[in-house]
Amino acid sequence: MLTPRTCLWWMLAAIVLAGCATAPSDSQLSARAAEVMHASFKARGQAGLDRLQQDDTQRTCSALEGKVPPKDVAERIQAENLATIRYPADGKLLGDWRNGERVAQEGRGKQFSDDPAGPVGANCYACHRLSGQELSYGTIGPSLYQFGKLRGYSDEVRRYAYGKIYNAQAFAACSNMPRFGHNGILTEQQIRDVVALLMDPASPVNQ
Amino acid sequence: MSARWLRAVCALGMAGALGTALAQGNTQDEIAKYREALQDGNPSELWEARGEELWKTPRGPRHVAFTACDLGLGPGVVKGAYAQLPRYFADADRVQDLETRLVWCMVHQQGIGEADATKVTFGDGSARRSDLEALAAYVVAQSRGVKMNVALDHPKMREMYALGEKMFWYRGGTHDFACSTCHGDDARRIRLQDLPNLSTKEGAQKAYTTWPAYRVSQGELRTMEWRLNDCFRQQRFPELVYGSDTAIALTTFLAHNANGAEYAGPAIKR
Repeated sequence: MLTPRTCLWWMLAAIVLAGCATAPSDSQLSARAAEVMHASFKARGQAGLDRLQQDDTQRTCSALEGKVPPKDVAERIQAENLATIRYPADGKLLGDWRNGERVAQEGRGKQFSDDPAGPVGANCYACHRLSGQELSYGTIGPSLYQFGKLRGYSDEVRRYAYGKIYNAQAFAACSNMPRFGHNGILTEQQIRDVVALLMDPASPVNQ
Repeated sequence: MSARWLRAVCALGMAGALGTALAQGNTQDEIAKYREALQDGNPSELWEARGEELWKTPRGPRHVAFTACDLGLGPGVVKGAYAQLPRYFADADRVQDLETRLVWCMVHQQGIGEADATKVTFGDGSARRSDLEALAAYVVAQSRGVKMNVALDHPKMREMYALGEKMFWYRGGTHDFACSTCHGDDARRIRLQDLPNLSTKEGAQKAYTTWPAYRVSQGELRTMEWRLNDCFRQQRFPELVYGSDTAIALTTFLAHNANGAEYAGPAIKR
């Protein structure tokens, strides 16, 4: 029977239930998602479970869910990543653009299905237009056609190109571009060769 | 041989020939023509026919057919069932996608061991064929023309959806890739392959309603579990476990976002 007293109890119970049903906070949800992901994968080939472990940049950018990072966050991420860039000890930043073109075309490397001893490329064409002849290019990143020709073949631009390939997060926080040097995808020589593809006046990119 | 089989076998040959023609030119126009030509016949009908037989034949130690399997609309009901999956199943106390549910029925109703049930989740394009791919092809085809309607009425569905959304943006691995790297913006491509923006309702509707699909380049009917598995491979992640909560959460996220669109699979893709 619904007396004022039982009514009060029901209302209390409803409040408690509503409290339990409250959605978890955003950071709790992120933590839970990471936990579930760690339980949902198995190591295979060269891809171990450690690949699910996020660093500060990955965690911060994921939490933004596609939104542009606030200025202070962007500055922090860029500073953290800028500190990781290692330029070649001999100061030579320009390799062979022909090898660079091969690195830019090569899509294999680091997948669990790839031979760990096999080639590792940058797959630049998956996302960027580079040489004028290659029509099969993606559009996730900007066009890099005539990269050097448009910017000038200066030491500063070379240094920027090397750094950007080494760690893109140092220049654009939460960029989609992989950190090829920082994460050990490309060797120093491969990065030099891709810099040449972008910066050698003889490269097909600059024709 | 029935007319349906003949048509599907013929389409299989045509798809192969077209694949060769495509390799000789790489323009967007040719790809558009190729896609259009593919719509004339879909070898997925071969998988559907095999799946129908598997569905109706008693199997396993308990000699039980899938006609006892409840996909959410009652035992054995396939019409429109896929358009309402994933869903929460009280008997399993879990949110399940189609494939997880099929495995559950094999294990709990037919008495097949889980390891056997999931031995061949994805075929290899030749002799190693997957019963799960065939069963999925049959079941999803019975939702063709049905509007997607994945309800989040159960708390576990809401939890799965929320987790799936988080996972969609989860960057990791050697390349910092997330689902969103390729599928978080409009009008992007990898090489010449158009990428749907799965963070929008329109993009999710267009993409989700065309999976599972017959993949010409692989000669196999591929399911949503396969699609996710292969995306993670290219993300440089470790291997996604079949039927894992990550697979189900992402599927719930995409399927619910596709609500209102007519299901149109299995489609045919390059």
